[in-house]
Amino acid sequence: MPHPRHTRMGRLALGLLAASGLALPTLPALADGNGRMVPLTPKYKEECSACHVAYPPSLMPAASWNRIMNNLPNHFGTDASLDPATVKELSGWINAHAGTYKRVREEPPQDRITRTAWFIHKHDEVSAATWKRASIKSASNCIACHTTADQGDFDEDNVRIPR
Amino acid sequence: MNLFSLSATFPRALAALTLACAALAPAAQAAQAATPAEQLAGYTAQAGAPASPARGQQLFTSKHGGEWSCSSCHGAVPTQAGKHASTGKPIGAMAPAFNPERFTDPAKTEKWFRRNCKDVLSRECTAGEKADVLSWLMTLKP
Repeated sequence: MPHPRHTRMGRLALGLLAASGLALPTLPALADGNGRMVPLTPKYKEECSACHVAYPPSLMPAASWNRIMNNLPNHFGTDASLDPATVKELSGWINAHAGTYKRVREEPPQDRITRTAWFIHKHDEVSAATWKRASIKSASNCIACHTTADQGDFDEDNVRIPR
Repeated sequence: MNLFSLSATFPRALAALTLACAALAPAAQAAQAATPAEQLAGYTAQAGAPASPARGQQLFTSKHGGEWSCSSCHGAVPTQAGKHASTGKPIGAMAPAFNPERFTDPAKTEKWFRRNCKDVLSRECTAGEKADVLSWLMTLKP
């Protein structure tokens, strides 16, 4: 999503690394800013995609995620509280896969992915009227246009903007 | 499928089933399965009074002075899919007769009553209120 042009090359590089058996230690670094690289864990999907798409941790830096995870009872206007053991488990995984790539290192205002500079830049061709369509409704509704967002895949090839 | 292939398949299927059960056992212990009726009985016992479906419907559809009611996301009669009021994500039907997954995991039931009652009523619901809502949902039949 942040830099789809790098997606295919990234995938190829990952494939080569996996083939050479070197993938694991380097994976988080490679995955930065590219949602497709890190498979979302079943627990993350279960707990973090009940109300919205499971946003890949690589889209924001750890500091932003940690503020979110430490304040789940006040989660963007709703109570998303979880038991402490689940918070700890999810936070550990999120921290391991949070964004560190230079464009994702920035902590966005209000810890909103949609307020990051790269997000705004990537979506600058989308008109205000398009965002307001009932079929889209909100910039946080990735899957309205990124048809494979629920798999953590934001490849531009899979974008279909609904009427 | 002829008789021979059936008899050849059966022991393998049985073995697979046994393995699956063994694998599921720890999960089943962690997440106690229960029917909606069992959970209703639990909440009613905790409340010490019988549940009222009419009161449950009232709670479900009222805004309680806030911005949202339960219906804002689940629909006024939750027999079909709802839509999250802020994200637009589809939410499966809440009435158990229309969605057999509903109210089968008490921990999940508690988690969502806790969160959603805080969103709608700005406090947790009492056992009696949960019994009322669940009893109403259980009256909704195809």
